[in-house]
Amino acid sequence: MADTQPVIRFRDVNKVFRRGNGRGDLLAVDRLSFEIAKGEIVAVLGKTGCGKSTMFNLVSGLIEPTSGMVEVIGHDPFREFAFFRGKIGIIFQNDRLMPWRTALDNVLLGLEILDVARERAEAVARGWLARLGLSGHENDYPHALSGGMRQRVSIARAFAVEPEILLCDEPFSALDEMTARDLRAEFLRLVQQNGKTAVFVTHHINEAIEIGDRILVFHRPARIALEIHRGRNPDDERHAREQILQVLALEDAAP
Amino acid sequence: MIHSPRVTRFLQATASTLVLAVLWQIASLFFPHYLFPPVLDVVKRTLDIFLSAPQLVEVLVTAGRIFAGLAGAFVLGAIVALLIGRSPFIESYVTPVLVFLQGIPALSWVVIAIIWFHGIEFRIFFIMVLTTLPAFTFQILDAFRSMSKDLFEMTMAFRPRTWTLFRVLIVPTIVPGILTAWKVNLGNAARVVVVAELVGATGGVGYQLLRQQQLFDMAGAIAWTLQLVLFVLVVQQAIVALENFLLRYRAVSERAM
Repeated sequence: MADTQPVIRFRDVNKVFRRGNGRGDLLAVDRLSFEIAKGEIVAVLGKTGCGKSTMFNLVSGLIEPTSGMVEVIGHDPFREFAFFRGKIGIIFQNDRLMPWRTALDNVLLGLEILDVARERAEAVARGWLARLGLSGHENDYPHALSGGMRQRVSIARAFAVEPEILLCDEPFSALDEMTARDLRAEFLRLVQQNGKTAVFVTHHINEAIEIGDRILVFHRPARIALEIHRGRNPDDERHAREQILQVLALEDAAP
Repeated sequence: MIHSPRVTRFLQATASTLVLAVLWQIASLFFPHYLFPPVLDVVKRTLDIFLSAPQLVEVLVTAGRIFAGLAGAFVLGAIVALLIGRSPFIESYVTPVLVFLQGIPALSWVVIAIIWFHGIEFRIFFIMVLTTLPAFTFQILDAFRSMSKDLFEMTMAFRPRTWTLFRVLIVPTIVPGILTAWKVNLGNAARVVVVAELVGATGGVGYQLLRQQQLFDMAGAIAWTLQLVLFVLVVQQAIVALENFLLRYRAVSERAM
């Protein structure tokens, strides 16, 4: 169950990208404000190019807001970069495994960066690989693994550092539907079991409804067009789906 | 009968070498021996050098000069490449200088080194470094710049310290480029060191080649040349073996084998 204390807080955040070559500036995030409480799983839904990934990069501290305030665990993720060592785990759209590292060594990466003793780190990494059904593949290089297995390794890598916050940027969009469904269920179980706060970016309505305790629907440039606290009975889900479809259709109809 | 690709390549190399030797032997039947000495004479002279300690030392001196020059250029090139990679300001001033250096012939550096410096070893080191530095720098810089943005962002998400980032991401990314740079520059360095020794040294393979020219001894000239060729081949193979080990993670298509 979610705590009331916000772990992620956006206050009137703007992000403008300078495009150069006389093409003017691009407003990617427009006065975005929201809060995410501890233990909450929030799905961020929107069409391609609506600024979901920009919001994601702002939370992870990879880019700085042009104006406004981004606060994660009470700190600025861009300026206080080192504070977040081990506190944020990221699962990207593509697996982003290092091709020169085995599955085990890829999971060990975050633990190595956190200076965890090798023996303990290896035990943790092996444990996560086993939980994700990859026992026996520890010494395989990424090229020898299927897409689903590689994404499992990247999930293990994110969980292994025991982060307080998990950021997921369309992590299953490159997988076939069957594999994605299995991994979604696996991911949800792990997040709930470990009490993580998670931001899950997606452009699939069903995925957002299945995963999120709360769903934020974005319009371009990134601003919240709809916020839904998801109920757990089929009628609630149907109602949520209809609301989302209406809001997305409105964006299409906008001039 | 099915051979492994390595055995096939070895057999092909042996066959082409044998054809070359046969053609040379035929030429020796029609031309004076001071122009085309018999293959057996060349082989005998080559073995003599290999088995005589004082002569082998000459080969090792040249090998040492090649390694020292390459190591110097590599270290300096890596530092310059990293500085250029981190600062567009440095790049805009240093790159034109490197391009300018690249255009200077090795022989010009030999003349400049002889005029500037007294010590033979320093002269040769200077020539080796200056002639291979631009290539090392550009190759390491290219490798650094080919680093995946995705992997960089993924690694940065864990907030590594600078040294850790260097160890876990930058070094493995640039290793293939470094190995290629060594392979390419080794051949260049072997050619340059001979020129440097020919003009400005009193020992080494280049100096021995000068002596063979003065004695009009073609078998000796080829035998000394072969020492250098063999040295380059052995080192190339060592680099290839290291490359195969370090880059063993790479997938190879069956069709490419």
